[in-house]
Amino acid sequence: MLETAGLTKRFGRVVALSDVSLRIDAGGSVGVVGPNGAGKTTLFDCILGVVEPDAGWIAFDGRRIDRLPTFRRGLLGIGRTFQRLELFGGMTPREHLLVTERVRGGGGRLWKDVVGLGRPAPRERREADDLLELVGLGDVADVPVEALNLGRCRLVELARALVGPPKLLMLDEPSSGLDDGERTILVSVLGRVRRERGVAVALVEHDLDLVTAVVDRLVVLDVGRVIADGPVDAVLADGAVRRAYLGSGR
Amino acid sequence: MALFLSFLLPGIPYGCAYALMGAGLVLTYRASGVFNLAFGAQAYVSAIIFSIAVHDAWPAWAAFVVAVLVASPAIGLAMERLLFRYTRTAGPLVKLVPALGLLIAIPSVTQMIIGTSTRLPSSLVLQTWKIYFRLGSTPVSGGELSTTVITVVVVGLFALVLRSSGLGLRMRAVVESPRMAELSGVRADRTSATAWVLSSLFAGLAGVLLAPLFATVSAPNFTALLVAAIAAAAIGGFESLPLVLAGAIGLGIAQQLLAGYLPSGTILSSGLRPAFPFVVLAIALVARRTLRQPAARDPLASCDPPALAFRAPARMTQVAVGSRAFSVLVAGMLVATTVVLVPGSWEFVFTLGTVLSIVFLSITLLTGMGGQISLGQAAFAGAGAFTAGQLAMHAVPVLAAVLLGGLLAAALGAVVALPALRLGGIAVGLLTLSFALLATNVLFLYPWSGNGATGLTVPRPQVGTVSFAGNGAFFWLVLAFLVLLAGAVKLVQGGTIGRELAALRGSERGSAAIGIDMRRLRVVAFTLSAAIAGIGGALYASLQQSISVNDFNYQFSLVYVVVVAAVGVYSVAGALEAGVLYAVLMQLTSTLSSRFSSLLALVFALAALTYVRHPEGVVAYGKAWVLDRAEQLTRHLQRAEPTYAGPSGAATGQRHGHLRPHLRPHLHGGDRR
Ligand SMILES: Nc1ncnc2c1ncn2[C@@H]1O[C@H](COP(=O)(O)OP(=O)(O)OP(=O)(O)O)[C@@H](O)[C@H]1O
Ligand SMILES: [Mg+2]
Repeated sequence: MLETAGLTKRFGRVVALSDVSLRIDAGGSVGVVGPNGAGKTTLFDCILGVVEPDAGWIAFDGRRIDRLPTFRRGLLGIGRTFQRLELFGGMTPREHLLVTERVRGGGGRLWKDVVGLGRPAPRERREADDLLELVGLGDVADVPVEALNLGRCRLVELARALVGPPKLLMLDEPSSGLDDGERTILVSVLGRVRRERGVAVALVEHDLDLVTAVVDRLVVLDVGRVIADGPVDAVLADGAVRRAYLGSGR
Repeated sequence: MALFLSFLLPGIPYGCAYALMGAGLVLTYRASGVFNLAFGAQAYVSAIIFSIAVHDAWPAWAAFVVAVLVASPAIGLAMERLLFRYTRTAGPLVKLVPALGLLIAIPSVTQMIIGTSTRLPSSLVLQTWKIYFRLGSTPVSGGELSTTVITVVVVGLFALVLRSSGLGLRMRAVVESPRMAELSGVRADRTSATAWVLSSLFAGLAGVLLAPLFATVSAPNFTALLVAAIAAAAIGGFESLPLVLAGAIGLGIAQQLLAGYLPSGTILSSGLRPAFPFVVLAIALVARRTLRQPAARDPLASCDPPALAFRAPARMTQVAVGSRAFSVLVAGMLVATTVVLVPGSWEFVFTLGTVLSIVFLSITLLTGMGGQISLGQAAFAGAGAFTAGQLAMHAVPVLAAVLLGGLLAAALGAVVALPALRLGGIAVGLLTLSFALLATNVLFLYPWSGNGATGLTVPRPQVGTVSFAGNGAFFWLVLAFLVLLAGAVKLVQGGTIGRELAALRGSERGSAAIGIDMRRLRVVAFTLSAAIAGIGGALYASLQQSISVNDFNYQFSLVYVVVVAAVGVYSVAGALEAGVLYAVLMQLTSTLSSRFSSLLALVFALAALTYVRHPEGVVAYGKAWVLDRAEQLTRHLQRAEPTYAGPSGAATGQRHGHLRPHLRPHLHGGDRR
């Protein structure tokens, strides 16, 4: 469903990505791991168009998307969370979801707003409520996100990315800052959306236990290059991967 | 060649003054992120002090010390210590509003102290108009000579100090990352204070040097200086000092060349010369890459979370109902007294307040809801007014002309929005300001548009047999417009567009990720806002019945932003309150002597200084305070335990506290590890 080939990105003299080719099938799940600075976030940014790659192409659903602006790529059915949170300051979790429901559902028209048809529809409210329950934010649904702790904020981003639902969910270190309870919610939510809605998942994560609990396939990046790509067990047994990544950490 | 030289040389001293202030603008912008428009006022103050002191027979050097070395730097230091050091991590609007307030407040305070009598400028070293020698056949006057020499010496000294003392290096470190600089032993706030003092000194010097080139020392001359300096700063991309200097000199020369070569006596030649810096500014803003994106990311940015986004508090039901009932009552009483009780001139005042509320609504929509700064709303209002006037002269019914005026203003808004899309924050404000200046200096002077200072006459509307010629009838008409437009803006706020705009204000990346088309949204906001301003302007025209370019001077754009921001930019109610307050205060202060004529602007300008602490506006803050007390009282009466106060806390300054600093760095990245 998502395919990239030869993706390359340099920041000055730093090569953040070099010749990265990646495939994610519909309903599939891939963990992207690698040491700090390996280029994981840059890979996500290139796929979403936040950063423009220097070379290579990206296709989604059999169609080239590398010329599309970021918001169009989102509308095609890619939901994403950010390593550095990008929440809408001043808005509550519920408002986050309501505005996303509206945008994903085709947005609105100015004239509809002006004649009073712009307010959230009952269906949108229901879906927002369902999602809030799903990620366990029901009790803080109407508190501005500034007043929530980091774990809760990450769950708001997760819920926002799940509106639609998307065909592909891209999560950038969703578990950092989560406590054990929130981590359990995260794992179970990812399991549920994969099973029940067939959402494909791409997961950048440093916590290997969590990665292995969620994904079937692992891609290892190191200094911008893919050094391993395959089923989780096979990759974890790979000598090069152990040296580049796990050797130092575990 | 001799002719060319004789046009070129006089441009250099102007260029020098622009260069000094432009360098100051860039310096403070780099050191504290504030685009200090108040430098224009500081230049004015220095020039005034200098000329008064010299006329009081002080020696020139003593006057210079007081005016340039003491007064302006002291003002600059006070601004940095008392205001702008608290805005380092705030958004562009928070940085801009106090600076705008000061640009307006400082000259009006000065005027109250020294009175309105005309002041003649004094020359600094050499006699301004005396010819000292000739370059080829071109005479070189004392003013030109001293300005150029002093500028070169000062800039040279400055460059030397920057290099040898390490101040330049420290300044760069502070700009890159104040936190990181502090961790490595640089005192960030002291460095930024140094930058403010230095650049204020430059501004003061520019003022004293420029003053003799005009017949009198008056504030508008220094606003022109400010705009040219902004253009030079934009040429330098707000970062390169050598480019700023080169751009400033080039601008000064080009202005003189234009004046020399353009055929005289046409609007283009008389208008283009003053408008030239704005054209350059607009081009530079759109063309310079570095202006499009904010400065490089501070790796430790997350340690200083930006101030919270403003959020209107949710209230207890009883209190909410009560306050709504109270608002309705007050509004009803205002309408009733206007129609029934008040004597003639006050009826006019309330009608004017209603019209102004409409114009202010456009700022609520664009700036409060859309997060975009516009310093050109008066120009959109003028476009609407003059369109309506021209159409009315060609026998179009006035009401239709008013609507068509709004339509044309909307089209202009879309045109201005397109280049603005590539810019962010303060640059959008400057671009709209250059549009407003172009309108005042060129567009509105043609007979087919504003007809200059002569202006147009616009009749009151007549629909069938119903005439709105009387003030009473016209008030009802204007009120109907206000109710319709305010209602529409409120619906937009709660509708799709309003919520998308709120998301966009919160996070551009986040909104793009969920699929919000930022460009379309911004064009919509700009267009809608310009349309409202245009309708407001057209109604203003019909209210006054005769209008000219002076009614839509660019300075009103600045004042309007200050007024709305001071009263409350985030709510529709804020626009209405601002309109009525402004008109009422205008009437109350209109009887004062000319010395205090700027008291009105001063009141709002001073209120704008509180913007740093109360971005929701003074009136909105006051209302929140009262409602907070009302909630406490209600709870007390119910003898209920205080429950979770709800999101209301986020709105008021005091409760900001427990959410704010360091506690929530994760909201702004820099999490984990
Ligand atoms: N905007 C940028 N400008 C310059 N260099 C950048 C930029 N973004 C990323 N880099 C560099 O590119 C490299 C890859 O960064 P990236 O953030 O993609 O790594 P990552 O794998 O996500 O690391 P982490 O695990 O720390 O999040 C790093 O060396 C980083 O410093
Ligand atoms: Mg990363």
